[in-house]
Amino acid sequence: MSGFILRRLLAMIPTLLIISVIVFILIQLPPGDIISATLASLQQQGMEVSTEQIAALRAQYNLDDPMVVQYLRWITHFVQGDLGYSIKYQQPVNTLIWDRLGYTVLIAVASLLFTWALAIPIGIYSAVRQYGFGDYFFTVVGLLGLAIPNFMLALILMYCGYSWFGVSVGGLFSPELAEAPWSSAKFMDLLKHIWIPMIVIGTAGTASIMRVMRANLLDELSKPYVVTARAKGVRPLKLIMKYPVRIAINPFISTIGWLLPTLISGEAIVSIVLNLPTTGPLLLQALLSQDMYLAGSFIMLLSILTVLGMLLSDILLAALDPRIRYE
Amino acid sequence: MSSPQLLQDVSSARLTWLRFKRHRLALASGIFLVVIYLTAGFCEFFAVYEPNSRNPRAIYAPPQQVHFIDPVEGFQLRPFVYGYHLTINPDTWVREYTEDHSQKFPLQFFAPGEAYQFWNLFGASRHFVTVPDTGYLHLFGTDKLGRDIFSRVLYGARISLSLGLLGVALTIVLGVLIGGLAGYLGGMVDNVIQRTIEVLQSIPTLPLWMALSAALPPHWSPLGVYFGIIVILSFIQWTGLARVVRGRFLALREEDFVVAARLLGAGRLRIIFRHLLPSFMSHIITTATLAIPGMILAETALSFLGVGLRAPIVSWGVLLQQAQNFQVIILTPWLLIPGVFVVLVVIAFNLLGDGMRDAADPYGGSNSA
Repeated sequence: MSGFILRRLLAMIPTLLIISVIVFILIQLPPGDIISATLASLQQQGMEVSTEQIAALRAQYNLDDPMVVQYLRWITHFVQGDLGYSIKYQQPVNTLIWDRLGYTVLIAVASLLFTWALAIPIGIYSAVRQYGFGDYFFTVVGLLGLAIPNFMLALILMYCGYSWFGVSVGGLFSPELAEAPWSSAKFMDLLKHIWIPMIVIGTAGTASIMRVMRANLLDELSKPYVVTARAKGVRPLKLIMKYPVRIAINPFISTIGWLLPTLISGEAIVSIVLNLPTTGPLLLQALLSQDMYLAGSFIMLLSILTVLGMLLSDILLAALDPRIRYE
Repeated sequence: MSSPQLLQDVSSARLTWLRFKRHRLALASGIFLVVIYLTAGFCEFFAVYEPNSRNPRAIYAPPQQVHFIDPVEGFQLRPFVYGYHLTINPDTWVREYTEDHSQKFPLQFFAPGEAYQFWNLFGASRHFVTVPDTGYLHLFGTDKLGRDIFSRVLYGARISLSLGLLGVALTIVLGVLIGGLAGYLGGMVDNVIQRTIEVLQSIPTLPLWMALSAALPPHWSPLGVYFGIIVILSFIQWTGLARVVRGRFLALREEDFVVAARLLGAGRLRIIFRHLLPSFMSHIITTATLAIPGMILAETALSFLGVGLRAPIVSWGVLLQQAQNFQVIILTPWLLIPGVFVVLVVIAFNLLGDGMRDAADPYGGSNSA
């Protein structure tokens, strides 16, 4: 087992290296560079900048080095935990990023749990009562969830929350608690706010997982061992839960891998609409103001998270399913 | 169609069609999509106004109701709308519109209205529905500049819907080409392509799309941005299709008919395009149909965030940009109407794709036993 994990960890390295190259290209893509952006902002503030100063700045940031050297410098700094400097916020990226990344992970995990809590029981129900009223009903609801753009669902929920309960539902905390240190009151406040992003992001994934669960279980239910068990008089609930569900549920672990990018994508846009203190809004701001080191670091970290999530799902799957061998 | 005798008399295309027709929902979705694509294609004619013409008498005005019954004259066959009566709420400074029963504008079909350039080819002024010059018609209300949302939704449909189609076309080309290469050549090439796909799929799509489209040079023309967005969306989307195609190629490569073609001296390209591709074309079309809604949703999301298509272009995402926060929605909920169209089109494509998937294999299903 440990050998298997080690091999998977090693396999991650080339993947991450290629991603880092892509991210570096992204950083370099916008026209102009760090200096012209700084110059523009300095000139906006009415400061004079001489050619010598520009040359000094260029030398300071090593902008005249070849691309490969710049990439190597960036990636070695990145690995050592120095994520670069945000021009827009005049701060190291490090101080801006970690809290927000934490909330992103929190919301993504909460949404994943919500998706499962909803999709698995509904999938079981739909399979057992195939072509029944409930089956069609949930199919339609699932389709709606798939079709409504995330941001629109967020807007509609905010609208409902406002007009029915009279509460403003944006953000992750009430204004008076946002800057407060952690306490039980703040935690309760978080629970009061987190359900909206959780529902919005979760619904998008629920529809597809529901269908997968339904199809898997239907496959299992038609197998001879189930028929035998039924013929022998095993109670219906036990009949379904004992083996078929356990087998049908396996693919869920393996789908974490492709569900994660969806969740993180969904999280980005929903956070922007709901104004959550996560990576989404800051990433958008960074992109709009072409603060590419900040944006690049975000995308790199989000990709690392995804790759780690995939690794985790592989390991979980290997641990849970005895049929998988770790060669 | 269960008897084998009959099966032999019917062509496979006809069988597919027969199977597809049994899916009422898929059929209805297909018809709906044809109608909406036609409307988008001829949107100059179906729209009441040009997308950027303003009505200063109606700023943030709600949708007008179409009436058939006049309080004085009773029921009349020609529908009509009432003009707006504007009052400004003295406390909140919010514009409040009520129906002004003294102004009545009858709807006229196929009548001359605002002049337009049809497909930039020739000038015309006939519209499907319009009102006399003195009146105005806003079936979906107006936005902050007094622009007609109904007309803008139709013009937006042209951009959003064509973007979906073009994007998927590019996705198919990339996916089939790269997936086909991987599956047919195997070995080193296959390995490299497989790893590339894995890497691309493990970057969260939306942030990557945001970064790429934010990097589009600001001096590009709207049309340039439009094609830029298409390329960006396809750049990620092809990976899924390439995997499917590769799998199929691997499975089919050793089939007898392929081996026979090779032994008869057919070249690689000929085998790929004449023998392999047709055998799973239906599968590709289905996958593509199911990919279109993803494209449309992605464009909507990007434009909504302000990194996608930009203002002079009207797309559904650009229209939804006006509904950025929920205060706006409380005051002017009709700004969300473009979103309703997004939802309808996405659902229709999903249902159509499902129906096509079931119909794609004419000899499967009930005849397999």
